Amino acid sequence: MSTINVNVVTPDGAVYDGDVEMVSARSQNGELGILPGHIPLVAPLSVGAVRLKYESKIHLVAVNGGFVEVRPDSVTILAESAETPSQIDVERARRAKERAEDRIERAKQEEIDYQRARLALKRAVTRIEVAGE
Amino acid sequence: MASLREIKNRIGSTKKTKQITKAMEMVSASKLNRAQTNAQAYEPYTRKIREVVSGIASGNSGATHPMLEERPVKKTAYIMIFSDQGLAGGYNANLLRSFMDKVAARHNSSDEYGVIVLGKIGRDLLQRRGIPVMDEITGLPDQPDFHDIKNITRLAVNMFGEEEIDELYIWYNHFISAIQQEVSETKLLPLTDIGEGAEAAQSYEYEPSEEAILEQLLPQYAESLIFGALLDAKASEFGARMTAMSAASDNADDIIDDLTLSYNRARQAAVTQEISEIVGGAAALE
Repeated sequence: MSTINVNVVTPDGAVYDGDVEMVSARSQNGELGILPGHIPLVAPLSVGAVRLKYESKIHLVAVNGGFVEVRPDSVTILAESAETPSQIDVERARRAKERAEDRIERAKQEEIDYQRARLALKRAVTRIEVAGE
Repeated sequence: MASLREIKNRIGSTKKTKQITKAMEMVSASKLNRAQTNAQAYEPYTRKIREVVSGIASGNSGATHPMLEERPVKKTAYIMIFSDQGLAGGYNANLLRSFMDKVAARHNSSDEYGVIVLGKIGRDLLQRRGIPVMDEITGLPDQPDFHDIKNITRLAVNMFGEEEIDELYIWYNHFISAIQQEVSETKLLPLTDIGEGAEAAQSYEYEPSEEAILEQLLPQYAESLIFGALLDAKASEFGARMTAMSAASDNADDIIDDLTLSYNRARQAAVTQEISEIVGGAAALE
């Protein structure tokens, strides 16, 4: 089966670099599946897990926003932060989740705080999900 | 001539100072190493993001965004990256001097500009000169994280978006080598030179639309430029400190040599005097 090169790049360096059969990511308009030979595309991503399918195994990468650039033979994901399961501190993510839930409860009247807390919650949930716990 | 004991004390204190400068030199050398590694790890991110942005900007579409457009300049903002600690030779002073020259040439009154300052030393320097400071970050770690400067980048990008400022420059010491740093001024906003040097524009599909992509991409790009400058400046800081401290250690060596020479001379003079006193005393007895 043909493959496509995937690069996940963050300010702290490359997080993932390899050839996969299929990339599936959540763009802001909905789920996005990318196979080799996809037309060139740029789309912003929402906070979520990116699934990389290779030899019928699925690798997960937690991606915090950013965007994806697709070319026929390569996919580049540029995000402010991204983690593979082994890089995630599950305990920390759990605590972040609790904190975020707490803030959402308290800050429903203030729009900005609420938005930030929601994003933080989303990030924490994504991390826990990717770490497979 | 100073007394024997005085000279000895000075030799002792100079030796201690030398120990400190020597230690700081080595610490800075290892920090410089880390800073350069960080800058290298960061390189692919900026390159990629630049590629995509210039791809869109140079595309045939008429996509526009406020951050790409020049408008009449009423107020200019400067981001200046100083260090939190001193003992870095001319690191802070050079930056400030070039900045003051430029500002004096460019602006008539202090209403026309403001500074967002990073670093304790810089903040104090600017305040003493009465330069308007819009915001400050102090106590940045030696290996800064993207999130450490998030507030500043947000602030700057938002101020530009809301037309509080019409231009944004960043000032920092660009790293050339451990012994050479160069004050550099880069125009961050508006992003005018972005389409230049782009490879033959790839025609992308944009999901949902080019405007929406630019909306998200350009702030991220501006932030990445600021962060890149910060990493560069950190490397410069450690380079400057390393060089300054190595020069200080060398100077300490020179001073110790000189002092040891005068110490020996004084001691010899004392011995000679004592002998001639004894001889004189013996001669008087005969």
